[in-house]
Parts: sequence; structure tokens; C-alpha cells
Amino acid sequence: MAEFRVRRFDGKKSYWQTFNVPAKKGMTVLEGLYYIKENLDSSLAFRASCRMGICGSCAMRINGKPRLACETQILFLGDRITVEPLDNFTVIKDLVTDFEGFFAKHKAIKPYLIREDVKYDEPRELLQTPKELNEYYIFTLCIKCGACYSVCPAAATLDGYLGPAAMTAAYRFCADSRDKGKKERYEIVSSSNGVWRCHLAMECSEVCPKNVEPAKAVQLLRRRTAFSILKSLLGW
Amino acid sequence: MRVQHDIVIIGAGIAGMRAAIAAAEKSDRLSIAIIAKTYPIRCHSVCAEGGTAAVLREGDSFDLHAWDTVKGSDFLADQDAVEFFVRECPKEIIRLDNWGCPWSRNDDGTIAQRPFGGHSFNRATYAKDRTGFHEVHTLYERMLMYDSVVIYPEYFVTNLVIEDGSVQGVSAIELKTGNMTFFEAKAVIFTTGGAGRLYGFTTYSHQVTGDGLAIAYRNGIPLKDMEFFQFHPTGLIPSGILMTEGCRGEGGYLLNKNGERFMKKYAPEKMEIAPRDVVSRAMWTEIIEGRGLEGEYGPYIALDLRHLGEEKIEERLPLIRDAAIKFAGVDPVEEPIPVKPVAHYTMGGIHTNVKCETAVKGFFAAGECACVSIHGANRLGSNSTAECLVFGKVAGEMAAEYALKAKQGKISREFMNKEESRIYDELLGKSGDESPYEIKRELNSTMDKNMWIFREEKGLKEAVKKIEELKERYKNIEINDRTRGFNTDLMMAIEIGYMLDLAEVVAIGALKRQESRGAHYRLDYPKRDDENWLKHTLAYYTPEGPKFDYIPVMITKWEPVERKY
Repeated sequence: MAEFRVRRFDGKKSYWQTFNVPAKKGMTVLEGLYYIKENLDSSLAFRASCRMGICGSCAMRINGKPRLACETQILFLGDRITVEPLDNFTVIKDLVTDFEGFFAKHKAIKPYLIREDVKYDEPRELLQTPKELNEYYIFTLCIKCGACYSVCPAAATLDGYLGPAAMTAAYRFCADSRDKGKKERYEIVSSSNGVWRCHLAMECSEVCPKNVEPAKAVQLLRRRTAFSILKSLLGW
Repeated sequence: MRVQHDIVIIGAGIAGMRAAIAAAEKSDRLSIAIIAKTYPIRCHSVCAEGGTAAVLREGDSFDLHAWDTVKGSDFLADQDAVEFFVRECPKEIIRLDNWGCPWSRNDDGTIAQRPFGGHSFNRATYAKDRTGFHEVHTLYERMLMYDSVVIYPEYFVTNLVIEDGSVQGVSAIELKTGNMTFFEAKAVIFTTGGAGRLYGFTTYSHQVTGDGLAIAYRNGIPLKDMEFFQFHPTGLIPSGILMTEGCRGEGGYLLNKNGERFMKKYAPEKMEIAPRDVVSRAMWTEIIEGRGLEGEYGPYIALDLRHLGEEKIEERLPLIRDAAIKFAGVDPVEEPIPVKPVAHYTMGGIHTNVKCETAVKGFFAAGECACVSIHGANRLGSNSTAECLVFGKVAGEMAAEYALKAKQGKISREFMNKEESRIYDELLGKSGDESPYEIKRELNSTMDKNMWIFREEKGLKEAVKKIEELKERYKNIEINDRTRGFNTDLMMAIEIGYMLDLAEVVAIGALKRQESRGAHYRLDYPKRDDENWLKHTLAYYTPEGPKFDYIPVMITKWEPVERKY
């Protein structure tokens, strides 16, 4: 038996509730939550989809740390487990938080290839070597689960701050050899809500379930935007 | 609340987002809504792993891809649809490249391809083993470029509105508030995915409960070929998580307890990369005949990748390695992966023609929820993401053309009242003594037992009886969570109702089809019977249960022959 302490929220008040879940080897926290929903209290609300660590739905605070519930084994945590919604997001109900702002920030950095040939009636294969692919590939692995954002001290104090996930996406496209939109994106990420607000706490990289290293993306963007500003100041 | 758009798309996976982009590109005068019960990038399409089929290179040809597909389908695919499909696939691959998809590359910078089951050319285009994930993110991000596309995430669609033979819109619960929204539209596209959660041991995400199929079916639109359910050979034990066919495409072996590559007995030429129905049956036979390995979750087959070496596994199959370690405690670099066949794909779906049109004007369907049909009795791996791209685009364009001429859909006050009362009074407000989750558990175990890889009359009759019993019990369910906002209890109870209807169609369709073809294998009728059964099944809803009809298969170039691999 594992004891699940779940932080619940009914729209007005927040409270803790404890459930006993028969846990066996291999069982994940997400399966534990489904056990509760299907057997003990079906009003418990949480998000889940792929249950294989690729869709990003089920990020939550588990024993104090943001993780994907679907790939966290109960027995690795011991028999007392606390489950809470992510920090830095408004809670809607129980473990479900509001992601609207998070996705709006992702959209704000123009996360798509910017090219002149924007209509592709007769698409033509663009060449990209494995080396060019590797320049940005690691940053494509972000699943937008929000774990990084939930531990970001800059996001905690500044509502409009773009946050690690959005800036990782910005770097991902700037570093893609097929993209021509660097200048537009540098302007966005070097604004007052962008890369210079980052505290370099590095916690985002630490908690990322996909090992994406958002902090590194921010560093690389800082270097590039600084160089770009310098270039325009010097009229190069 | 009432909202108006020109086109409303339900489902935001590969097919839905591709449709939205196609419609937006067709005309910037159209307002397009894309509605999904998850956020778009949380869709099940992200789980697609191994590849997307397309003829890209010299030595391959459209005829060869079409022939592989038709033969793979056990000749139940419509050949005109297949011929159209294979010609469109390469354009979609290159469009995704132009839109930023990080395809895996050859050293010269061209897009790389790898072998896949049942294909006689290496035509599975891939982005490591996260092909679906990268396609979804590429499409989602591209979709953000279009101001005419409005995303409605976390809206759960409850019904389709049809009046005078044409579509008027849909009703949906906004999960966040629990309020019902009525979307009025000139055209509606369903891209809601398959129904894989009918089964207990499955590769599908939790939300793939066949909602779109059931809603269309209940509104009089027939479902086609639902008895054909695909089993993927390699589901990770115990979770069912997919171990991509790319594992075998890259050279992985399947071994029984004697360490034998048993596929040499069943498909001597293609071995491990024979089509999925052939490999699944072979594995299940090994298990039934006592040659599986023994594990704490019962007998299994070993998927051995060790000889590929760490470098290749990391380069081509990183997700597989990660998942095997996290979910089964097995590092494939050092140990074989424990697998067994698993429910994986819904070959049947909403009956459409090659233009994604249905019997109802203005109502289109594409992707896994539709049955065009290009997969027939057995889909080849890497043809499904390709299908979602190709027919997503077709549906988007067709809906756009239709919407540019049609008049705005209208939903009557009467329908609104009735739908709100059906959901909030009849379902949410009702007291009963059945748990919907218990009903789902029993449904899952019936499917896993009686509608698995091998079927026979006795088991299928048992299943039909059980499903009828569960439908009766479902009338007496109680939903404990009586609140409105983010009521997933209500949503799941509705989903389970949908699943019961679909399971009934699968079971009776399978009972009626007295032959073995593709994924539908009857122990009591082990031969394919072209004389009587070279035809599509159509299931129509009636309150007493499904009524069946049959229509011919379209043959263009390829007469059915015996299938050998």
C-alpha cells in the first residue's frame, strides 16, 4: 500500500486528501491516480493522455518536484507520496492548471520556420546535413509540459516573462539552417520579458523530463542577441 | 453559448491540424475552429514512432507502394483510394520538411528512410523514433501562423447537429467551465482518431475512446469495416506502450524461449518485417503453444536489439530505449525487451469516399476515425501518419470549397435545450448503482478475451451477450462528481457510453464475417473467402443495435491473390 496525499482544489478552497493505493512494482503515479479515480473518488481531476512520457499532459509536483506522473514509479518514491499541481500556474481544479498563458507565450516567439517562400504549391526538398540537424535537435524535444516554467524564479515574479520553454522554442528555430527569421525572433526574446530577465538559476534544465536544457538555450540566445545588437550598433 | 465559424474541425491530431492548415491556405476569408478534448500537442498522434511512408527515391515507385498497401490490406482496400494516396504522400513529407520537421537525414542532407513491415522498399521517412511527435509539433506550430484558425482546447464534443441532410454544427462541453457551447458551421470535419481504449492491453493514449465514431454512428452515418482491429506485434509488458516496428526495421529479432527466430517458420522471406497481422499471429501462436518466455505478467516474446549496438540504438531508437528502461526496467542495449501483441489501430471508421465526404452534406472525416478505405483488413506500418497528412489535407480543402458556397449552419433552440438536458439532467443529475469504471473494466476484459488476435463463434457470441448486458447496466450509472468545472468524471462516463456502442459493432461485425482476412482471423473459418466476403461491412445505428449492409471493394489494377511473405 502506498499513501497518496493529494492537494485538491474545488474552485474555492484548497485542501489535502489522503488515499491508500495498492502499489506494486512497475506501477506509476499516474496509474495510482487512475486507481483513485476509478475506485475511491471519481471527482479527482487530473490530465493525462499518452502515459509514455511524450505528450506532456501529466506534469505535476510529486514529492515536491515537478515530474511526469506517467513515468514516475511509485516504488522509487517510497510508500508516502505527495501530489500537487504545478507552481507558477493558476489552478483550475485539483491537479489541473491553466496553460493558456503558457501556450500564448510559445506562440509569441513565432515558433515556425520563417521563409520568403511561404506558400508551397510545389514543395521542394530542402537539404540539411545531420550536423546541421544536430545544431538544434535537442531543443525540438520540448513537450511543453510546463515543468521548467513551474520552477522558474523569474516566471514566479514576473507574469509576462516568456519563460524557459518559449525561449527554447525560439532558439530551436533560430538555430535551424532552414530558417530566415532570426532577426524577428531576436527582437522578441531580447525585449523586457525575454532572455535578460532570466536569473540563471538553471532549475529548468534540472527538472526537464526530456533533458532539453532550456537554460542552455537561453544562454545561447543571449550570446546571439547581444552579438546581433552589437552588429546593428556598429552598422555591420 | 453559441459560436459561429465557417469550418469546425473536431480533433487536433495530425489529420485535424493538417486539415486546418489546408483550409486556411485555401482561402483567408474562412474562419476555422479546431476543437479538441486535449490541447493540440497532447493528441495521440504524438505517440506514432517509426515512420511515415512515401515514395521519395529512385528504385521505388507509386505502383510498388500501392501494391504493397493493397496486398498488406488482404485486398480489402479500395484501390482507387490507394493509388491517389501514394501519389500524395511524398508532397506531404516535403511540405513538413519546409515547415520545419526535423526529419532524420542522410549524410548528403537528403531526407532519410528506413525499412518497415510489408513494404518492399525502404520508404518509411522518420524523425528518429519520434516521428509522430515531430509531425504534430511541426503542424501545431505551422498552424499558429494562421490568424484565421481559432483553437478551442479542452472542449469535449457531445453531439453533431444534422438537419435536412446537411450538417449544422456540433455541441461541446467547455471543460474548464463545464458549460455547453454550440458551434454553428457550414462544414464540420471529424478527425477524432480511433477507438483503441476498447481494449485493456493497448498502445493507445487514455483519451482515444472513439467519441467521433460513436457520435457519427448515432447520427445515422454508417461505420465501415469496424471488425478489423490491428494488433501490433510489440507492445511493452506490462504497460502496452508501443515498441516501434522500426525496432525490427532496423534489424531487431523476435525470439521465443528456445532463443529461436521463429519468424522463419511463418514468413521465411520477410521474417520480422512481415506485416503486422502475420507477425502478431506468429507471436501469439508461439505463446499459445508454450514457447513464450515466462515473466511475472505471463508469457512473452523477446525483442532483441542487442546486436544493433548502443550507438545505433541511441541514434535510431532513443525513445524505445528510454521507455524500456523507464517502464520495464530493461535496457535494450543489454537485455531483450519483453513484448507481446497489443491492440494498436482501428482499421474501420466513418464511411467516407476518397474526398473525405460522408453521406451528410458538409460533414467530412479524415484520419483514423475515417475509413476511406486504404488499409482494408490490415494496415501497413507507416501508412497511418501518411494517411492523416494526405486525407487531412483533402478534408481541409474539400470543407473549404464547400464552405465558400454553403450557407451558415443553424442550431435550433430546441436542439440546444434537448442536448443540455440530456447531458446535465439525464446523465449528470441521475442516481444509479453502477460505476461506469467497472463497466469499462468488464468491457476491456471482454475485448481482450473474445475479440483478440484469434476469434471464433463461441467467444464472439459471448462477447455480444456481455456487451448487451453492459449496455443495460450503463443505463443505471451514477456520476459522483456533480460539479460543472473540469468534470472529468462526467466526460469519462460519456466516453464509456460511446465505447459500448462501438464494441457492439466490432463484435457483431466480427461474428458475421465468416472468413479470415488480415487482422480478422476466425479459427472456425481460417481461409479468406473472396467469393462471399470480398466486401466492406457497413454498420448502421438503430436503438435495438446495429444493422448491417455490405458494399463492394473497388478493384482497379490488382486482382486478389494468395498473400505470402
